Amino acid sequence: MPDYLPHTPDEVTSMLDFLGLDSLEHLFAHVPNALKLTQGLRLPDGESEPDVAERFKHYTNANKATLSEMVCFAGGGSYDHEVPAVVKSLGSRAEFVTAYTPYQPEVAQGVLQAIFEYQTMIARLSGLSIANASLYDGATALVEAVNMAAGSTGKETLLISSGVHPHWRAVVHTFAKGTGHRVVEVPLVDGRTEWSKVSSSDLAKGAAVVAAYPNYLGVLEDLSVAKDLSIRADALFVVAGDPVAAGVLKTAGQWGADVFVGEGQPFGTALAFGGPYLGLFACTLDQIRRLPGRLVGETVDTRDRRAFVTTLRAREQDIRREKATSNVCTNQTLMAVTAAIQLGWLGTYGMREVATRCAQGARYTFDQLVGIDGVAPISTQPFFREFALRTPQEASTVLERLAGEGFLGGLALSALGGPDGSVIANDWEHTLIIAVTERRTKFEIDEFATAFAKAVK
Amino acid sequence: MTALPGGRASSAPLLGDDIEPTIFEMSVEGRHSYQLRTTDVPKAPLEELVPNEHLNHDVIALAQVSERDLVGHFTRLSHRQFAVDLGAYPLGSCTMKYNPKFCDAVAADPGLNSVHPGAPAPLVQGWLELLVDLEEKLCEITGMQAATLQPAAGAAGELTGLLLMRAYHEANNDPRRRVLIPDSAHGTNPASVTLGGYEVTTIPSGANGLVDLAALKAALGPDVAGIMLTNPNTVGLFEEEIEDIASAVHDVGGLLYYDGANLNAILGVVRPGDMGFDIVHMNLHKTFATPHGGGGPGAGPVAVSARLAEFLPGPRATRLSDGSYDWVTPARSIGRVHGWHGNAMVLARALAYIDVHGGDGLTRIAQHAVLNANWLRKRLSATLPAAYDYPCMHECVLTASPIKASYGVRALDVAKRLLEEGFHAPTVYFPLIVDEALMFEPTETESLQTLEALASALERIALLCANEPDVVRNAPQSTPVTRVDEARAARHLVTTEDAAGR
Repeated sequence: MPDYLPHTPDEVTSMLDFLGLDSLEHLFAHVPNALKLTQGLRLPDGESEPDVAERFKHYTNANKATLSEMVCFAGGGSYDHEVPAVVKSLGSRAEFVTAYTPYQPEVAQGVLQAIFEYQTMIARLSGLSIANASLYDGATALVEAVNMAAGSTGKETLLISSGVHPHWRAVVHTFAKGTGHRVVEVPLVDGRTEWSKVSSSDLAKGAAVVAAYPNYLGVLEDLSVAKDLSIRADALFVVAGDPVAAGVLKTAGQWGADVFVGEGQPFGTALAFGGPYLGLFACTLDQIRRLPGRLVGETVDTRDRRAFVTTLRAREQDIRREKATSNVCTNQTLMAVTAAIQLGWLGTYGMREVATRCAQGARYTFDQLVGIDGVAPISTQPFFREFALRTPQEASTVLERLAGEGFLGGLALSALGGPDGSVIANDWEHTLIIAVTERRTKFEIDEFATAFAKAVK
Repeated sequence: MTALPGGRASSAPLLGDDIEPTIFEMSVEGRHSYQLRTTDVPKAPLEELVPNEHLNHDVIALAQVSERDLVGHFTRLSHRQFAVDLGAYPLGSCTMKYNPKFCDAVAADPGLNSVHPGAPAPLVQGWLELLVDLEEKLCEITGMQAATLQPAAGAAGELTGLLLMRAYHEANNDPRRRVLIPDSAHGTNPASVTLGGYEVTTIPSGANGLVDLAALKAALGPDVAGIMLTNPNTVGLFEEEIEDIASAVHDVGGLLYYDGANLNAILGVVRPGDMGFDIVHMNLHKTFATPHGGGGPGAGPVAVSARLAEFLPGPRATRLSDGSYDWVTPARSIGRVHGWHGNAMVLARALAYIDVHGGDGLTRIAQHAVLNANWLRKRLSATLPAAYDYPCMHECVLTASPIKASYGVRALDVAKRLLEEGFHAPTVYFPLIVDEALMFEPTETESLQTLEALASALERIALLCANEPDVVRNAPQSTPVTRVDEARAARHLVTTEDAAGR
């Protein structure tokens, strides 16, 4: 009977005696008998840790797409970046891992200060003045951004570029069913958002203009077009960005964004089969009263020493209840603390170096692959660290063949969602999105190109 | 010899007095920590890679510190942080039990942790099988038919559940307007209802702390989409009339939503599905002991009865007839609620926790959690009376209202003083319906000696309230910082180093 319970049988007896009860079952005397489970749960008996560990090998052995077995060229918000031992070590300190929300600031300065530092880093990388203490992931951060925009403008139409990751758009659609927001997806032409397709009536109703930077096909779009549109619409301008791009590219703030959202996984979090990740959220000071989730502020204690505390709490669900700016409570604090550690490790120049190397690796890979017969870019537009190629065979077939050679060769567009306005319809099954990080070597890329040439034959 | 408490931190557990500089204050131009792989990739200049109009010619200042300083900084910060691993954390409603290290180790295996979420299904069969196994076990534990594992936390689960409720009613061409919520509910419930596009109708609790059935029935009508309940409720009491509540709500065509925040109390004893609930969210970071991470990550799977399964978010990991696994989206799915598949590592930890305990072990968890809460409630009855003089479940709501009346010391002061006794504070001023509430959830993993030490500490505090109330009002003094000026934080908003002018 493995468990983590401290009481000895004698202690249980003495505690029951103290309560005047005969058995543990009597603790539940006020639960209607008709409802109680008579036979217990139909689950296997408990097993010791080493026994469970043996059984978990069954799961781990059946996963082939691990970093040790495959060289990763897949991205889409999840990237194979360097996470050094020092970040793993500090990020797994029990004081950070096993704490709860910092409701008692006197004994939570560690998490609070780490979040303050995280907020500073995200604000700087986004070029905006306020960053919150994290949301679940990039997709749900985007939902909070459009909710903020609707609240701020009193309008309900969301003008979203089809260059926003299909999963993120899907999540926006799901939650719009509750809020009643209307989603208008703006199509891509040559990999760029065709903002001129927005009708004047939709423009007038627009609460948010949402652009991706780079977009999910890897393309760097000129965001000034989207910014102008948001001004004409009197809408908030929301940029959904790759935070690593901020190492070399213009920040969301420099493009005139009111809100930046992003997926923070690249900052120290493992691929982790998609979670837990880190929803980045930053905005202008104008929007602070509508900010979703927790925010850490600096103050002093009774002895006038610097101290940190969660602030502007009256926005939050536990105080404002049905009028709260968001329902979020538990967030992704541990990932935010980890991001602060990772960004502290990278530092000013490490961040730029990683971003530069991603761009160099992506360009080198692109050059090797587009020389292959039948392989062509789907867009003539510039890219940063990810790009989309048209393949002669279906992309899923190419991926399957590449897997046989030890490569996770990218993401098939067809696997990300149904056909939409983001590509030409007949390319849907033939588009592969490839990402390159600072971890990919020339040798790996050259081998990948060789395997790719075979795979598309 | 009497055993000493294991779950009590020493009286000054945390490093005191000096403030820790921010990482930016430690920064020195030219220092660095990072080391990257040697790749031999041609180093094309940035200007050739990215068009000029996209380039940021300025670097963004982060911090420039040595690895040694990085380690020192975050280690010292960690010493200014209380955590379950240091001592008991009886924070009501949050289920701060011990988080087994084994479950962390299982999830850290690269065979799970280094898998890309977008890899084709044939390459991630192990993950898909794990998710299916977890879903089946969670359904057995809750008495439901099918589940989504995507929601990243309890509140995300709530909103997902409300969207399922909406989809169900709309599919029946029966759109409804209101959702009922007891006045004792967690704040996430009403906030989620608003985001689900419904109006909140608040149901008052009776004097016994339970839902007032008459008031509930009076609020019901054909425009009610459903009710959100926590059972045991947030005052730690089991809603004994749950069957009557369920039939009353079902009679008007409404659905019952179960807020799983307090599921720890009833594991293996009684199941939400058997009580008549249609939608259940679980907080895996509470009930199944995955670490809370300083406020997250959690995981908030949502399980439903058969009639709601076709609306679940997709894609779902699914076992096919040939024994392999694939992603399948239910016929009338409400869509995705997460960018990928949910907080997968949290899900893996929870499965490991369930497997170690097994069915009988999970039942013992509930039994011991309820035993500890009742023992503490009775042990403290002369010091801090229970808000409701009735057997509780996994947590007990006590009140400092007599202490406030006699000595002018508030629940908050008692909680702050407890920090100096080596314990985390209980939840204070929640639920809102209890005056000067102190909500203790000792959990099943604290020993009798620790509970006794906790009770003794509270007795000492009560004595101080009578004799030296200012000591309690001014507590804590021995913690890394004393009480903080929250009003100043809001009035002079400084949320970044830049705003601080440093």
